[in-house]
Amino acid sequence: MTTWPILSVTTFLPVVGALIVYLSRGDDEAARRNSRWIALWTTLITFAVSVILVMRFDPNSADFQFVEKANWLATGITYHMGVDGISLPFVILTTALMPFCIIASWKVTSRVREYMMAFLILETLMVGTFAALDLVLFYLFFEGGLIPMFLIIGVWGGPRRVYASFKFFLYTLLGSVLMLLAIMALYWNGNTTDIPTLMHTAVPRSLQTWAWLAFFASFAVKMPMWPVHTWLPDAHVEAPTAGSVVLAAILLKMGGYGFLRFSLPMFPLASHDFAPLIFTLSTIAIIYTSLVALMQEDMKKLIAYSSVAHMGFVTMGIFAGTMQGVAGGVFQMISHGIVSGALFLCVGIVYDRLHTREIAAYGGLVNRMPLYAMTFMVFTMANVGLPGTSGFVGEFMTLLGTFKVSIPTAFFATFGVILSAGYALWLYRKVVFGALVKPSLMSMKDLTLRECVTLFPMIALTILFGVYPKPVLDMSAASVQQLVNNYNTAVTAVKAAALLQ
Amino acid sequence: MSFSTAGYQLAPVLPELVLAVGAMALLMLGAYRGQETTKAVTTLSVLLLIVVGVLEYLQPAGKTVTFGGSFIVDDFARFMKILALIGSAVTLVLSTEFLSDPSRRIFEYSILVLLSTLGMMVLISAGDLISLYLGLELMSLALYVVAASNRDNAKSTEAGLKYFVLGALSSGMLLYGASLIYGFTGTVSFTGIATAVTAANVGLVFGLVFLLAGLCFKISVVPFHMWTPDVYEGAPTPVTAFFASAPKVAALAVLTRVTLTAFPGIVSQWQQILVFVSIASMALGAFAAIGQSNIKRLMAYSSIGHMGFALVGLASGTVEGAQGVLMYIVIYVAMTLGSFSIILAMKRNGQAVEQISDFAGLSRTNPLLAFFFAMLLFSLAGIPPLAGFFAKWYVFVAAIKANLFTLAVIGVLTSVVGAYYYLAIVKTMYFDEPAGQVDPVRIEVRTVLAVAGVFNILFALFAGPVVSVASAAAKSLF
Repeated sequence: MTTWPILSVTTFLPVVGALIVYLSRGDDEAARRNSRWIALWTTLITFAVSVILVMRFDPNSADFQFVEKANWLATGITYHMGVDGISLPFVILTTALMPFCIIASWKVTSRVREYMMAFLILETLMVGTFAALDLVLFYLFFEGGLIPMFLIIGVWGGPRRVYASFKFFLYTLLGSVLMLLAIMALYWNGNTTDIPTLMHTAVPRSLQTWAWLAFFASFAVKMPMWPVHTWLPDAHVEAPTAGSVVLAAILLKMGGYGFLRFSLPMFPLASHDFAPLIFTLSTIAIIYTSLVALMQEDMKKLIAYSSVAHMGFVTMGIFAGTMQGVAGGVFQMISHGIVSGALFLCVGIVYDRLHTREIAAYGGLVNRMPLYAMTFMVFTMANVGLPGTSGFVGEFMTLLGTFKVSIPTAFFATFGVILSAGYALWLYRKVVFGALVKPSLMSMKDLTLRECVTLFPMIALTILFGVYPKPVLDMSAASVQQLVNNYNTAVTAVKAAALLQ
Repeated sequence: MSFSTAGYQLAPVLPELVLAVGAMALLMLGAYRGQETTKAVTTLSVLLLIVVGVLEYLQPAGKTVTFGGSFIVDDFARFMKILALIGSAVTLVLSTEFLSDPSRRIFEYSILVLLSTLGMMVLISAGDLISLYLGLELMSLALYVVAASNRDNAKSTEAGLKYFVLGALSSGMLLYGASLIYGFTGTVSFTGIATAVTAANVGLVFGLVFLLAGLCFKISVVPFHMWTPDVYEGAPTPVTAFFASAPKVAALAVLTRVTLTAFPGIVSQWQQILVFVSIASMALGAFAAIGQSNIKRLMAYSSIGHMGFALVGLASGTVEGAQGVLMYIVIYVAMTLGSFSIILAMKRNGQAVEQISDFAGLSRTNPLLAFFFAMLLFSLAGIPPLAGFFAKWYVFVAAIKANLFTLAVIGVLTSVVGAYYYLAIVKTMYFDEPAGQVDPVRIEVRTVLAVAGVFNILFALFAGPVVSVASAAAKSLF
């Protein structure tokens, strides 16, 4: 079908851009401007290439498409890339968000070249994570992302950046090394690390349990799930705006993607056994972190906790193992990617002007910034899950999917929807409404053109996916259907065997 | 073939002969022409090492044995020898500046490195306990002197003395172990021992423990590591770079050969020892390095930890394990030489600086240096896609296959702890305010750094060929 390795081009184009940024010498204003523009164009071209992926993608097939395979390490470890309906939405989410991140970073003035290079390299690693079809290759991209993110938080972050970056790095690494051992065990089980092959390789029950737990250790930290979420608020608060956006919108999705790509298809029995554990943790995450969010005084921290709560819906939906639950999980991740990314951009906008994220420092912004108030409103509503926004579709579908499997889980999770209205609207009221009495706010300017360019497309997407979620759902439908079928077949087979005995 | 003596083929030892004769010739040159020849002798030594490396590479494929089985040349030996030769040659290149100081024009330095390298080559090819001991002593005696080569410096002298006393003790233990093994098996050759040893008996295990203790001292693993931090810190930095690279290759090679070819009958006996040593080294390397403020001491603890990781592969006792050891040591040598070239490059106003705090803000004063060092540190921590990840992958994958799950889990957990102190250096370089300008870096240091750095960053691209060579070398042991 394709004659050129379109997926590899999408993946490695940002690295080429990073090299060009590196070659553009100098540290004066002109050099900074150059690196910004090079980075922006690189991300735009990458996005354009990824759009070709969407156009040529066959949504009726559940197989991997755009497959590229090359010899790499011999002995069953190959360079194998490809996307299906589950990974393609995440690839597009990544390539689509990166230009916004670059534009949002236009005002970064210290070490611009390094900053842009770090983001471009991060993009390659993120796209690679979603496109890799070999476990070792996947791990390479998955873990490699820690390096640029560590530097982004640590170099361009806030006052507690050192603590936050170390916590982020070590927490994630700790989870991942256990997954690495499980990858090795799978390698010896199937003599390959090829993901499509492993999906059809039977894994013994005992190995399933251990491997599931090891993968869970990694993805639960990445997601993050309660109680290993504590790195996230720190990392979010200290990271620069674009760093928070990438973290919330894309890096967290790697956890959910991992559950979908590995846990469910490769260890269906263990997934089924551990589903109650996931349900419990998800429900706790949804209710507990929503309550914690209610108490926050820092805007970014509040959104970070709300992310944990929303990810709770995703894990719950995925491990429900029903069509609605899994599709809802995918949709919720895409929607949360857009909404939480946009919310962090909104916080970044007022932070740029007042240099504080303390909620108490704001109030009555609507008087000075009507455009901002409107934008912030849309995303707040999407975060709450108001019907008509993309947030509603994801939450509703995951709840629906879970309801079929576990009514108590769905029941308690619904409280999260109410609580999210509580903290999101409270935040909005404190920041935007009220009397404009604080003198520091008197001179606040409304959105600039640059800020509008970053936010308005996201508003459009939030509302479009809210009223017409078909494009995303159709793209993933065939793959999700296959995943759910395989999962149910495996689980029913074991149940039947147990009955016979 | 006519190239023989007393009925023994000499072709397999041709590289060693060239090295020995070359070293003598250079010694004569230096002895007759005085210390002015230091620079020439160093340059010629590097050339000699390269020639020897090429000769070694050109040795016929497959296994050749000479001197009645005392000297083995197989894929494994060739692999390790070329690596040791590269390590020695790079060290000599890095030593140019150290030797250019008028007070330190000592041509013997290069000769000693050559002789030590000769010892390593004999050690790597050792086919019995006698040639093992000969090689080990030739290597070590030269190293003792090199460690003290900065005569006027009390710390350097102390390092040399300490290394000598403890080294002599370990040689004694090794000899004692060797004599016990000889006593219980009636042979010194590895193949002979392998046939004689089918079941463990107390005397033999005693001998094995002493033999392993002597070898573990050379690769500085816990509990035989005490000398490492002091010697690393006290010895001149190029010497430390030497200690951390080539001798480790040789000692690890002989440890691998002895355990796998001489004692395959009692795997479970030495496996326990290696598992303990490995876990202890990884843990000590990770935890003890956290408190260090001197970069050379930190590298010492880091090397203890890394040898522990390499032993994870050996403890598996399989072909995959041996392959893991080979992959680990290649990557370890590259990372170590790269890191030491950075430590050598760190000079302010002509004065070498060794405190970690001196690296503060390096990313702004010398971005390229900081970038390469950061990548090397991430690699030492085992973060993909850098070379260090592949090193860990191959040893742990072997451990998992051998069902050494506890070892593997403890290993990866200590690697997370270890990541902390590597990150702390990255933090110092990238997050902290600059501590002042760094002197321009000399060309030879820059070259070594660039080669090691690029190898480290782009390893994923050419990992395939390295893996197949290592795999062939590992198979030649079985």
